Amino acid sequence: MIPLAWYLIFAAMLFCVGLFGVLARRNAVAILMGIELMLNAVNVNLLAFWRYLWAPKVDGQVFVSIVLIAAAAEAVVGLALIISAYRRRNTIAAEDMDMLKG
Amino acid sequence: MDLTFQPSMLLAILPELGLAGLAAIILALDLIAKGNQKILLGWVTAGGLLVVAVMAALFARPAEQPQLIFGGMLRVDWPAFTFRLIFLLGAAVTVLLGASEHISKRYGEFCALVVVSTLGMSLMASASNLIMLYLAIETTSLPLYILAGFRVLDQKSVEAGIKYLLYGAMTSAVMLYGFSLLWGFTGTTNLYEIADLAKTGGLSPLVLGGTAMLVLVGFGFKISAAPFHFWAPDVYEGAPTPVAGFLSTASKAAGFAVLVRVLMAVFPEVASFWSLVVGILAAVSMVIGNFLALAQRNIKRLLAYSSIAQAGYMLVGVAAHSAFGAAGAVYYLASYLVTNLAAFGIVWLVGREVGSDDLDAYTGLGRRNPTVGLAMLAALLSLGGIPPLSGFFGKLLVFGAAVQAGQIWLAVLGVLTSVVGLYYYLTVLKIIYRPGTDEHALPVSASWRVALLVCVAGILFLGTVFAPMYGLSLSTAGGWF
Repeated sequence: MIPLAWYLIFAAMLFCVGLFGVLARRNAVAILMGIELMLNAVNVNLLAFWRYLWAPKVDGQVFVSIVLIAAAAEAVVGLALIISAYRRRNTIAAEDMDMLKG
Repeated sequence: MDLTFQPSMLLAILPELGLAGLAAIILALDLIAKGNQKILLGWVTAGGLLVVAVMAALFARPAEQPQLIFGGMLRVDWPAFTFRLIFLLGAAVTVLLGASEHISKRYGEFCALVVVSTLGMSLMASASNLIMLYLAIETTSLPLYILAGFRVLDQKSVEAGIKYLLYGAMTSAVMLYGFSLLWGFTGTTNLYEIADLAKTGGLSPLVLGGTAMLVLVGFGFKISAAPFHFWAPDVYEGAPTPVAGFLSTASKAAGFAVLVRVLMAVFPEVASFWSLVVGILAAVSMVIGNFLALAQRNIKRLLAYSSIAQAGYMLVGVAAHSAFGAAGAVYYLASYLVTNLAAFGIVWLVGREVGSDDLDAYTGLGRRNPTVGLAMLAALLSLGGIPPLSGFFGKLLVFGAAVQAGQIWLAVLGVLTSVVGLYYYLTVLKIIYRPGTDEHALPVSASWRVALLVCVAGILFLGTVFAPMYGLSLSTAGGWF
């Protein structure tokens, strides 16, 4: 069987890829996708720990389903806001969001 | 742990049930109400919140010993009790301030979102389980993202909403990664079991300290402490002003409630480490907040930087790692809530009537509306920490706790940066009392007047009658330690 550590390393890498996406991408939708990757890394972590160490407890599975639901809700609100900005400005680039600064 | 359900548990979450019911009632009334009747929804909401507060004070009082209910999901204790009342006050004032023609078409939705967010905050303060905590944080945040972008026709507001959402979602993902590690290493999601299991499991302090840092990122965002403060000035400037006030007070208070609970319950093993980290965050917040505020010409950005600095002062109390320090932070939060809501209420009035959030828009306000000018005077001097206003006692307590804990450098830095803070608060006051060209009084609505009156009464009460709130703060801190 694949050792637990591999899953944890994979999750850590996935998390870093997501974080890099959030910090480096300019497109607001791409940033949102980066955040989804980070949340997926969390889910991989939770499920790997659950399967290898704490299988009889339900906590891990409950946690994963709650994270999935919250991520979906977050994406809904995020996309709604991005669409409402796009309708006015025809752009979703983060660097064009410069009305607020100082 | 006892997992069986008892009907008395429902009594303990009666305020939360009431809030959920209130949100449903507001949405239903919003469907029926037409035109100008919608303004009345504010009074309904504020009345409903008052009823919930009475229910909370009567039925949801904690027992002698803190109790875990619903299989360890929630903890009935003094922090939950005190913070619930603080959030309810903040929500009621926000809703009353928000009543205006600017948001009146969707005022019902505004009220409902504020109520749902308050429900989430209330659960945040009492959550004692990682899953519950995450769910409560999301229940708080999602309505706040929408509220920040509430004025869809105003591009600044939408931009504020997007920025708040992206920063918030990112930091909460980092925090969640920390949660997943905590659960993985200990096999429990109960905050009060993690520490013991980590000890018996021989978890190295290095791993525990690292997880504490990940978790601190999420909470640091909520309380807008430096270096997680980048969102605050932009979001406060763009969001509707009552929402900015709500974000800077109730949402910050909720962040503090979970910050202290998690640090105390989960990371006692690495207490000296996190105490140092929190001390550094406090120092950076006080310096960055106060010095960047000096350069601001927009009052909302100025108040945003000031609120970063205020988060720093509260963190000084947390860094002391003593019941006295935590009590000081609670007292500070309560006094800061009424003070900052009053300030944002006046900014909302001026911004709406004069049409600008520039500092110059305040010229002659002291002559145009003498009472409003006086209220702003009280709020700004309280933020600066001048007796006999509430901010003074808050600062006294947290700096006293820092000295008691041997962190003299934090206390000295705090006092020095307070002087810087006082400088820009007084600059605003100077502008208010400078003679202006326009001498017409700004029209104020009844609900706005009531909300401001509550805030100013709070500032004066907490500044002069010290004992009741201090006693409550001490019991609150007792629930954490």
